[in-house]
Amino acid sequence: MAIIIDENTNVVVQGLTGKQGLFHTKQMLAYGSKIVAGTSPGKGGTIVEGIPVYDTVRAACESHRVDASVIFIPAAFAKDAALEALEAGIKVVVVVTEHIPVHDEMAVVAYAKRVKATVIGPNTFGIVSSGKCKMGIPPNQFFIPGLVGVVARSGTLTYEIVGNLTAQGIGQSTVVGVGGDRVVGLSFVDVLKQFEQDPETKAVVLIGEIGGNSEEEASLYIKEMTKPVVAYIAGKSAPVGKRMGHAGAIIERGKGTYEGKVKALIEAGARVVELPFEVPEVIKEVLGR
Amino acid sequence: MKMYEYMGKEIFAKFDLPVPKGRMVSSPDEAFQMATEIGGSVVIKAQVLSGKRGKAGGIKFADHPEEARSAAQELFGMVIQGLPVEILLVEEKLQIDRELYLSITIDSAAKMPILIASAQGGMDIEEVAEEYIVKKHIDVELGMQGFIASDVVRRMGIPLNSPQGKELIKIIKTLYQIFTQKDADLVEINPLVISGDKVIAADAKVTIDDEALYRQLDLPRVEERTAAEKAAHELGLTFVELDGDIGVMANGAGITMGTLDTLTYYGGKPANFLDAGGGTGEEGTAKALELILSRNPKSIIINIFGGITRCDDVARAFASVKKNRGMPVPVVIRLVGTNQEAGRAILKEVGIEAYDSMQDAIKKAVALANS
Repeated sequence: MAIIIDENTNVVVQGLTGKQGLFHTKQMLAYGSKIVAGTSPGKGGTIVEGIPVYDTVRAACESHRVDASVIFIPAAFAKDAALEALEAGIKVVVVVTEHIPVHDEMAVVAYAKRVKATVIGPNTFGIVSSGKCKMGIPPNQFFIPGLVGVVARSGTLTYEIVGNLTAQGIGQSTVVGVGGDRVVGLSFVDVLKQFEQDPETKAVVLIGEIGGNSEEEASLYIKEMTKPVVAYIAGKSAPVGKRMGHAGAIIERGKGTYEGKVKALIEAGARVVELPFEVPEVIKEVLGR
Repeated sequence: MKMYEYMGKEIFAKFDLPVPKGRMVSSPDEAFQMATEIGGSVVIKAQVLSGKRGKAGGIKFADHPEEARSAAQELFGMVIQGLPVEILLVEEKLQIDRELYLSITIDSAAKMPILIASAQGGMDIEEVAEEYIVKKHIDVELGMQGFIASDVVRRMGIPLNSPQGKELIKIIKTLYQIFTQKDADLVEINPLVISGDKVIAADAKVTIDDEALYRQLDLPRVEERTAAEKAAHELGLTFVELDGDIGVMANGAGITMGTLDTLTYYGGKPANFLDAGGGTGEEGTAKALELILSRNPKSIIINIFGGITRCDDVARAFASVKKNRGMPVPVVIRLVGTNQEAGRAILKEVGIEAYDSMQDAIKKAVALANS
């Protein structure tokens, strides 16, 4: 089953002809994603990697049924690109771009809510429904189909953990990167709700970090879940007040601490591991292997 | 980017949000001049980026210019919460009838701005009882409307038809304008003072979203990072200085934090956080090692999980640095992912054995530091 995207999802790549867009489009195609079109203002009418390029999203939508968009456009123009996709009626928009001003992010999220569409990110590696579709930048070889849903704020740490799962033959249904920023579209709780409804997903791995309160918010829902959740929270050793890379990874005014998150998750019935490589063992336990 | 109080007040003044008469000074003589200009009693405030300067003695009063000069002299010598006092703000002393609290910030859970107000200003907002705090989320598509501001004032218990009530409504609207137009993360006025019929911002805390600085070119820059952290940022690296003796580098913020956590778990103490991001070439790698070595570590752990980042590129960069500049400290490299075989071969040629397991690599780095 998978969630949000699957083997039938028609994808448009915004910024397909840029350096990032082009590299990752090749990778996505290699993974098997159905990329039906790309956009790049001024390059409409050309064909890149066998994909027709259009000047705008609406132009692409006139010739193709588009279900989802993935955005590889620089921060200063990313809000415009996201709003463009949403306004054209695309219901899933993945914003890979990092360093987008928070006021822009709030505008995109508000509009997405109004048109009832899903935004994933910004500052995300994207989303992979293993074996079916990949939208974004994670390396292809670490994702194999299976029963574990994964939802994470960070990128390479997720590849590490998913890589460990795959190495032990534990596949994934869908892996969702909610992104590292303070204001993002889907939050942990939104994805958990979908995993809970998805027949293919039997257990969930939650990869969190210090800062913000999405883990605490997720915990309130985890209490009601029937499926087991295994969590790893990064940043236990991070000092207060210092931003650890991600815009959202900072402990301020006593909020967003490691201890607070772990406590909330444990009270909700999640299993919390102390080190990233402990995840596969605990997953095996909860899956009854 | 945090801004000093006097900068926040300069912004307020530009938007006609009332602030006390005053100006920033950087010497006792200037303080004397400013106090003379203002006439009457003045308040002299240390300009540092930390809070709670009142309790640390960072705010003084003077009734005449000579007093202002000596108060300034005392303040210039102080260190408040580790920060040296180098600038002061000299302002007219306000007659305070009442102190309120007003701020607008970002509620990441709600994904929208939140306005927080209270008729109990002048103290730490976190210590005010829930029933005295007014909170209002602002729909960014609707923005700040007059009726929203009015309802906040009503909930604060201030009569809408009083001169202060009307002023307050105006200030709320202006503050939201500043918040959006300046790409602020936070705009906070504590206390917002009622002085007769007037309402005046006695303090100003304005923090600008770092990601928006590129389009806020009129704003002054305030640098809080160390020189090293700043240099790193310019090369696409995120570097944070810590206290320990094991240098750390990884690609990705999450995995860097994970490396620090694992290191700490095994008894090591990280000397720094360094996220090299994706695709750091030789110059970036050399700079990264330079930054790490500047912390005088006993060993270094490099944890690369190459997705987009190609392992052979990383290996080539390290090999080059080792050959051309040398590595005075033992380095443990964990290299996994795209082109890992090619990468490990390159490292082997320069005598570095690359690890497969993050756990093993980190344990080794700890052992080396402790030996």
